[in-house]
Amino acid sequence: MKPAPFDYHVPESVDDAVGLLASLGDTAKLLAGGQSLVPMLALRLAVFEHLVDLRRVEELRGIERRNGSLWVGAGTRQAVIEASDEVRAAAPLLAQATPLIGHFQIRNRGTVGGSLAHADSAAEYPAVALTLDAELEAQSPRGRRTIPATEFFTGVWSTALDEDELLLGVLLPVWEGRCGFAIEELARRHGDFALAGATVAVELDCDDRVARCAIGLLGLDSVPRRGSAAETAAVGRAIHELDPQEIGRAAVAELDNVPADLHAPADYRRRVGAEMVSRAWTRAVEEAGRG
Amino acid sequence: MADVEVEIRVNGQPRRASVEPRRTLADFLREQCGLTGTHLGCEHGVCGACTVLVDGDAVRSCLVFAVQAEGAEVTTIEGIGAPDELSPVQAAFRDHHGLQCGFCTPGFVVSVTAFLRDHPNPTDDEIRDGLSGNLCRCTGYQGILAAVRAAAAGAQATTG
Ligand SMILES: Cc1cc2nc3c(=O)[nH]c(=O)nc-3n(C[C@H](O)[C@H](O)[C@H](O)COP(=O)(O)OP(=O)(O)OC[C@H]3O[C@@H](n4cnc5c(N)ncnc54)[C@H](O)[C@@H]3O)c2cc1C
Ligand code: FES
Ligand code: FES
Repeated sequence: MKPAPFDYHVPESVDDAVGLLASLGDTAKLLAGGQSLVPMLALRLAVFEHLVDLRRVEELRGIERRNGSLWVGAGTRQAVIEASDEVRAAAPLLAQATPLIGHFQIRNRGTVGGSLAHADSAAEYPAVALTLDAELEAQSPRGRRTIPATEFFTGVWSTALDEDELLLGVLLPVWEGRCGFAIEELARRHGDFALAGATVAVELDCDDRVARCAIGLLGLDSVPRRGSAAETAAVGRAIHELDPQEIGRAAVAELDNVPADLHAPADYRRRVGAEMVSRAWTRAVEEAGRG
Repeated sequence: MADVEVEIRVNGQPRRASVEPRRTLADFLREQCGLTGTHLGCEHGVCGACTVLVDGDAVRSCLVFAVQAEGAEVTTIEGIGAPDELSPVQAAFRDHHGLQCGFCTPGFVVSVTAFLRDHPNPTDDEIRDGLSGNLCRCTGYQGILAAVRAAAAGAQATTG
């Protein structure tokens, strides 16, 4: 249970970190909170000759409004997000999702960038990013670019980031108006990764019709997914006409790659997913209706 | 693979050493500082036996490399109390049968110490949530729960 030997680098800036990645090539890996990477190193599921620690890179930390979005620096710790009033006000879904991540000891070190880059399909932040149509800012030796969340998650633990590319931060669009947000998940024990879960964001018009909505699904594919068919079916409809159970079923109907393992067969996960959507929908609509 | 010089304050004392980058903070504390109160169960972040405070935050010392703690202030179970001078949390664990073999206890005590500092008046749900990151394989959790309740109540009584 000990990681293989590696060399340790502690750059002070994003430019230096990216420079190190470029010169060291695929033998190097970024280290943020270490709450996913270090277990993988300890289990020797991963071996790298160089770790590039981001702990001194101040420019990766912060939470601020930028135009219509909330920017959260990749190096911002989950515990800081949990305690942030700015996050509660501008990105309630991110605020609700955070306490569901592991335990407080994990959130004291784990970062938002690490969670997104690690890209576990059952993790909360990737699903939140996908639900809110977030944009991910990245930098490589070829410059900076912005990657939409819809294109970011490409497979089990893999993303659109190149090997020499660093995640700078995530931009979460702020939903204004009569909005509601909810996340629901089923985990065997508190703090475990969820067997399946769902996120819902909904905005109502003044006649209590669905102006827009987004449904995220976690743990139900090799990547986080959207329940697009259910979203399309709900938009424009009055909320009292919509049956949350039906929305749940529609949201999971398109899934064709539901994971199965010792903890749960695919069919069970799918049913749990539908129920989580239904509960999250109910809560989100209630909250929006109060607005 | 070059060793790295680190200086870490452990329980108030500066400790300087040359470490392999792959050395975890847990192994640094146990082997380089001789502080064997920090226990290692799973060594991959699941059990919480290795919990210590780094700059006041409860963290898994098996998921932190010693090189990452350069310049930090680390508190281990040895810094929280002494055999003849138990901390209030330690005393509550003893009084309420919060331990049996004691293997998980340092991790619990460190976690609970940080938890009660941040939640001085916790509900039962909050206590369960706060304990969820530590596993005990022999005592059973009811005694631990009772110990945390008692420690919280005791702290409330002394601060008035
Ligand atoms: C016991 C336990 C329970 C957990 N439970 C949950 C849970 O319920 N839900 C959940 O979502 N997570 C859970 N986690 C994982 C936790 O959230 C991690 O903190 C997170 O997945 C990774 O963040 P990190 O900062 O620790 O990243 P690290 O572990 O340091 O890195 C993870 C990956 O991201 C890459 N990376 C990090 N930062 C950047 C960057 N800026 N740019 C590009 N790549 C980067 C690294 O190279 C590495 O590949 C749990 C972890 C543990 C140990
Ligand atoms: S030994 Fe660190 S969490 Fe188990
Ligand atoms: S007291 Fe024995 S494992 Fe907890």
